[in-house]
Amino acid sequence: MNDEIKEKLLKKSRATRSEFRGRIISFVCTAIIVTVVVSIFYFVASKGLATFFSNKVNLWDFLSKTIWNPGSTDSHGSPQAGALPMIVGSFAVTILSAVIATPFAIATAVFMTEISPNKGYKILQPVTELLVGIPSVVYGFIGLSVVVPFVRHTFGGTGFGILAGTFVLFVMILPTVTSMSVDALRAVPRYYREASLALGATRWQTIYKVVLRSSAPGLATAVVFGMSRAFGEALAVQMVIGNAALLPHNLVSPASTLTSVLTMGMGNTVMGSAANNALWSLALLLLLMSLVFNLVINKIAKRGKF
Amino acid sequence: MADERKEIISATDVHLFYGRNEALKGITMDFRENEITALIGPSGCGKSTFLRTLNRMNDLIPSVTITGTVMLHDKNIYAPSTDTVALRKEVGMVFQQPNPFPFSIYDNVIYGLRLAGVRDRRILDEAVETSLRQAAIWDTVKDKLSESALSLSGGQQQRVCIARVLAVKPDVILLDEPTSALDPISSGQIENMLLELKDEYTIILVTHNMQQASRISDRTAFFLQGDLIEYADTRTIFLNPKEKETEDYISGRFG
Repeated sequence: MNDEIKEKLLKKSRATRSEFRGRIISFVCTAIIVTVVVSIFYFVASKGLATFFSNKVNLWDFLSKTIWNPGSTDSHGSPQAGALPMIVGSFAVTILSAVIATPFAIATAVFMTEISPNKGYKILQPVTELLVGIPSVVYGFIGLSVVVPFVRHTFGGTGFGILAGTFVLFVMILPTVTSMSVDALRAVPRYYREASLALGATRWQTIYKVVLRSSAPGLATAVVFGMSRAFGEALAVQMVIGNAALLPHNLVSPASTLTSVLTMGMGNTVMGSAANNALWSLALLLLLMSLVFNLVINKIAKRGKF
Repeated sequence: MADERKEIISATDVHLFYGRNEALKGITMDFRENEITALIGPSGCGKSTFLRTLNRMNDLIPSVTITGTVMLHDKNIYAPSTDTVALRKEVGMVFQQPNPFPFSIYDNVIYGLRLAGVRDRRILDEAVETSLRQAAIWDTVKDKLSESALSLSGGQQQRVCIARVLAVKPDVILLDEPTSALDPISSGQIENMLLELKDEYTIILVTHNMQQASRISDRTAFFLQGDLIEYADTRTIFLNPKEKETEDYISGRFG
C-alpha cells in the first residue's frame, strides 16, 4: 500500500506531463517568432549597412544630401545616395496628416463616448471598423482619381505631392486614431465624471477638464500609433505623391517618401548593386523609425495607467 | 437637542422609477441644518438612491423618472428652472470609493473653484489650506501638494475628496458610505472630522455601519425596500424603535 503511493508520487503525473508539453510548445513558438524578428533585423541591417561599408557612402551624406541617384557615382566615386528628400517627404506627410487627423479623431471619440454613447457609438463604431478594413490600394485609387484633381484645381500644380499624400493618409489613419482614442476615453473611470459633475461642473467642463486631461497619455498613444501607420504606409502614398526624389519646395510639387521610393525601386535594381543596397538603407531607416515609434508608445502607455 | 433647528431640505412624496421598477415609494422627510443625518438599511433599500436625488445625480441615469418635490432653502430642486450645476455647488457629494482625479492634491482641491472661474492664486492657496485643514489632512499633505493625489492611501484620498467638496463651500454634504472602503482607523478619523464639520455644514450620510450611525448622527432614518420605515432621533431609533422591522434590522435579525 505504502509503496504504491510512494511510486505514484515519484512518477510524473499526467497533469505534470501535459503542463511540460504546453510549456515546450509555447516556448518553441516564441523562439521561432523571436528568431524571425531578429533575422529580419539582421538581414535588413546587413544589406542596409553595406551602402556605408562596401559602397563607401558617408552616413552624413546619406542623411543630408538631396540627390538620389544611387546607380551613378559622384565626383568622389561614391554612389549619389542622398536620402534627405525622402526623409523630409515621409516626415512631412506623417506629421501633417497626424496634425489634421488628431482633432477630428478626438472630437469623434468624445462624441462616441461622452455626448452620444448610444446612438453615436452604434453608428460610428461600424463606420470606423469599415474604414480600417478598406485596403490601402483603394484609398490610393480614390486619392488618385478624386484628391489629386481636387488639389490640382484648388491649389495648382500637378496635384501630385505632399498635400495629396496628407489628405489620403489623414483618411487612412483617422479610424485608427479614433478607435484608439475611444478606448482611451472609455478607460477613464466613470467615477471621475461623477465626481466632477457633483462638484458643479457642466458636462463640457467635465469632458475637457477631467476626461480629456486624465486620458491624455492614451490619446497621445493613439496619435503616435496613427503616425507610425502613416510613416509606414507605402502603396496609397506612392499613388498620389508624384514620386520625384526631389526636396519638396511646396506642398503641391511632386515629392516622395521612404516607402514610395522603396516600392518604386525594388523591382528595378540588381541584388548586391549599390542602387539596391541604397534601397535597403532606406528600409533600415524605416525599420528604425518604427522602432522609435514603438518605444515612444510604450513610454507613454506606461505613464497612462489608472 | 435643539428641536427647533431650521429645516434645510424637505422632501415630499418622492417616487423614483428605474424604468418601471419603483425604487423609492414616496419618501417624505426633512433634514435639519447643522445636523448629521444617517440613512441606514439593507443593500438595495433605496437609501443611496434617495441620497442621490438630493443633488440630482440620478439625472445622469437615462431611464430614471422622479416625482415629488425636494425643497432646498424653500426652492424645489426638481422645478424645471433649476440649474443642476448651481444646485450641485450647494449640495456636494462624497462617494463610496475615494475618487480623487489623477491630478496633484492641489489641483484636486481647487477643481471646483477653477470651475467657478477663480484665478487668483492667493485665494486658491488659501482655499486649499482651509479645506485641507477642515478635512484634517493638512499636516499630512502640506509638503507634497504638487504630488499626485493617487499616491495617497485610501483614507487620505477620501479626505482629499472631502476637502475638494468643502472648497466649493456647499451648504449640504452628502456622503455615500464614505468609509466602507477604508480601514477602521481611517474611518474613525473621518467620523471625527464629520463631527467637527457639522457646526458649519449639514451632513447626510448613508452607512452600512450601524455603530457609525449611532456614534455620529443626530437623527437616523431606516429604509427598507424603497420605503422610509422610521425616522427619529438616533437615540430613539437605536434604543426604542417603534417599528418591528427597525428593531429586527438594528439587532441584526435580518439584512
